[in-house]
Amino acid sequence: MSEEIKNNGVLVEVKDLKVHFPIFRGLIRKKKVGDVKAVDGVDFQILTGETLGLVGESGCGKTTTGRAILQLDRPTGGQVFFEDTEISSLEEGELRPLRRRMSMIFQDPFGSLDPRMTAGDIIGEPLVIHNICSSKAEYRDQVEELLLIVGLDPIMADRYPHEFSGGQRQRIGVARALSVRPSFIVCDEPISALDVSIQAQIINLLEDLQEEFNLTYLFIAHDLSVVRHISDRIAVMYLGDIVEIATRRDLYRNPLHPYTRALLSAIPIPDPVVEAEREHIIIQGEVPSPFNPPSGCKFHPRCINARPSCSQEIPRLQKIEGQEHWVSCEDYLRAG
Amino acid sequence: MKPLLEVKNLHTHFLTDDGLVKAVGGISYDLHEGETLGLVGESGCGKSVSALSILRLIPNPPGKVVEGEVFFEGRDLMKVSEDEIREVRGNKIAMIFQEPMTSLNPVLTIGYQIAEPLTLHKGLSKEESWKEAGELLTKVQIPEAAARLRAYPHLFSGGMRQRVMIAMGLGCNPKLIIADEPTTALDVTIQAQLLELMKGLTRDFGTALIIITHNLGVVARYADRVNVMYAGRIVEKGSAKEIYGDPRHPYTIGLMASVPRLDMDVKKKLIPIEGQPPDLLHIPAGCAFRPRCNYAVEKCQEVIPELTTLADKHEVACWVDVRRN
Amino acid sequence: MTTATMEGTEPRRLSQVGFKAIVRALLKHKLSRVGLVIIVLLFSMAIFAPVLAPYHPNEQDLYSVLQGPTKKHWLGTDNVGRDLLSRVIYGARLSMSVGVVATAFSATIGVIVGLIAGYKGGWIDQIIMRITDTFMVIPGLVFVLVMASALGPGIKNVVIAIILFTWPGFARIIRGQVLSVRELPYVEAARASGSSGLRIMFKHLLPNSLAPVIVASALSLGAAVGIEAGAAFLGVGVQPPTASWGKALRTGYSYLERVPLFSIAPGLLITAAVLSFTLVGDGLRDALDPRLRGEGKKIK
Repeated sequence: MSEEIKNNGVLVEVKDLKVHFPIFRGLIRKKKVGDVKAVDGVDFQILTGETLGLVGESGCGKTTTGRAILQLDRPTGGQVFFEDTEISSLEEGELRPLRRRMSMIFQDPFGSLDPRMTAGDIIGEPLVIHNICSSKAEYRDQVEELLLIVGLDPIMADRYPHEFSGGQRQRIGVARALSVRPSFIVCDEPISALDVSIQAQIINLLEDLQEEFNLTYLFIAHDLSVVRHISDRIAVMYLGDIVEIATRRDLYRNPLHPYTRALLSAIPIPDPVVEAEREHIIIQGEVPSPFNPPSGCKFHPRCINARPSCSQEIPRLQKIEGQEHWVSCEDYLRAG
Repeated sequence: MKPLLEVKNLHTHFLTDDGLVKAVGGISYDLHEGETLGLVGESGCGKSVSALSILRLIPNPPGKVVEGEVFFEGRDLMKVSEDEIREVRGNKIAMIFQEPMTSLNPVLTIGYQIAEPLTLHKGLSKEESWKEAGELLTKVQIPEAAARLRAYPHLFSGGMRQRVMIAMGLGCNPKLIIADEPTTALDVTIQAQLLELMKGLTRDFGTALIIITHNLGVVARYADRVNVMYAGRIVEKGSAKEIYGDPRHPYTIGLMASVPRLDMDVKKKLIPIEGQPPDLLHIPAGCAFRPRCNYAVEKCQEVIPELTTLADKHEVACWVDVRRN
Repeated sequence: MTTATMEGTEPRRLSQVGFKAIVRALLKHKLSRVGLVIIVLLFSMAIFAPVLAPYHPNEQDLYSVLQGPTKKHWLGTDNVGRDLLSRVIYGARLSMSVGVVATAFSATIGVIVGLIAGYKGGWIDQIIMRITDTFMVIPGLVFVLVMASALGPGIKNVVIAIILFTWPGFARIIRGQVLSVRELPYVEAARASGSSGLRIMFKHLLPNSLAPVIVASALSLGAAVGIEAGAAFLGVGVQPPTASWGKALRTGYSYLERVPLFSIAPGLLITAAVLSFTLVGDGLRDALDPRLRGEGKKIK
């Protein structure tokens, strides 16, 4: 596949998505004292068949964004379109049939499987929920097939999660996500809890499945090297905002936002020779609290290029002429 | 020059309900003053246990160092008295743990926790120790250090707590710092800050550093020498340049090929190491890596390969010469 | 890695502890082994009462009233000439069945109510919790007395009173469990797959929240036996001529000097029953708590 964007139409569109969590204080009369703006107005599209990578540090809202698309956290504002249906205004009951077409793979391979259910029942649960199988035999066949697809032995269907290793558990999670034959899967840090030697197994599995079943992924992770490997396009989030979106090549070769540059620089390359020659941009300070974010550009207190105006003007995500590349940095846009 | 730390044939076992776990199965290595050593491996390879064993911090039950010697400044730490080892811990060798959230006492101020060991090990008065605690916080780049001394740990973020831990570690000018996955729980930009800080401090004070991590990139960026561990044994060791430039153990080679690199060709597929990490309760006979190894020959099933020297200080424990295949 | 858990061997989770492991851990516990034996004996007494008892419990031997132990009546007779041993054996029937029935009902009610409160949250939870608070501040025996005066004495009302008194405890325990289980990723995963609320509650939350209910059930059985005996002692419980330990204790109390066994025998049995249920409950609690199961042994 070449570096140009796969263009088979838009599968998911997010418009001005906001997810705010209210904060209550007080012992007897709970008073709302404000909001944690986990996701604070993001716009993006996910194209059919592509993988959109979503990166950022903890608390940047990347996981909440993924959950809000699946309506697991209901948006405070904005809209989410899935296959042209506006789904953020649907009731839980109306959403249920749609849950056959989108699913999720979770970060924690230990916590995301019910310890009291067998692997087969976990994988088959979505089939039961959506009445997909007409008979017991068909159900068993489907579960067996799913186990084979993710590289597990069908004999393992009767075992409980604690009998599996971390990598095998994550395969069960993948099989569950796949069972309803969805078109869209949110992968929420699916490999960050796994051992290094196992991570590549799961990445390759996800890549193979994408090809075989024409899946569209939203791949959420904090590690840019993993995201770069698996994604067609990458969005970088900081404190509830998307600060940059580009194809993976543009983002890596020509990162425009100072935060993206710092993130890239913070990922060490496993090669001492390359590392010795690389420029290391170390940004100072910590990620501020999303409860009380900085004014203007939220990144300005840590930004090495910050100007006085950055603390006042709120930058907007703007397209770079002639490229599939958006950045939200006033400083860059003025200079560029 | 005599090495600062010499670990010789160290074995640490744990007795669990399910059986005997040989967490560390005979490892040996040296570390010289001012050197940075990377101890790499996956969870369960014994890298943390081997470091805890050096300081006799293995809880018994269920664990015990059953064999081996650890020479530090000429003394065998496995044989010295409880009082002597306590003197070494925190004074000569500092340890920084993965969990910055739980390694500080929540009911004591930051200042007290840094100053206390100073009065203990260095015999400073209260005022002196607090003054030095302030200086240490400045050294680890905590802003407004003097004011922060009176704060309690819950007001500090994970990265800040880890800085405090480093300050505590530096307090007594240790000869060696052991950092056990010091940044794994932290965000990428904070990770970079802390590692840079640690590297700078060890350079300034000539302190030796052992970084225990599963992150090959971190080791490449910061370590001079590398020990690769698998199932409780060192399978390859050498200078960072040789381990990364010319890896000779199938496991090391596999690890390198299985992690995505920022500078690699994106169309290239990753080559995973097949199979599952070893179950320490049932380590196979012969080479523990054999079930997952692409190069295995018959001999690997029977005899455990020992480390053999290839070139200048580059050692590998493998029966096969991987260059020929 | 911390020093407490070892690399490669992750700590087992509560929910993974199987039935066999619980029994094994329970048997390790010395006192609960004693309790378990007593409970088995008491239940066999209750079930096989017609076989074990030498006489019908209501059969009167008017020639031997208020006798001490004899060959004919091993424990003696009561004030109307009934065989004390038979009365005590049949008394186990009443005590055990009151305990089991009351606990079964109150656990079922408590579990369902607690499940709803924990899963739904919000104002539903608030209302349910305030109701449980109200029930829980009233002392058990007082509650039974009030119920008896309102509904009239009788064993059925005692059982109802015990149920009303004990279900809030179950509800609170389950609610607490559900609140923590609810946040686990696998529940999230079930939601993402399109599970209905009912399915999540009964398929995922309930099985993973039940462990402490087992402990509470054992303790509640003991409490029910105690309350039943107390009610009978105070005369608001079971009505004559049904054999009851509490009743016998009360009547025998008046003849303590002449026939001490008349009240001592049922008294001891009440104590033994309540104590053994409590011991087993404590043992179960330890068995289900991995921190107290003492894993790992010393290497020499």
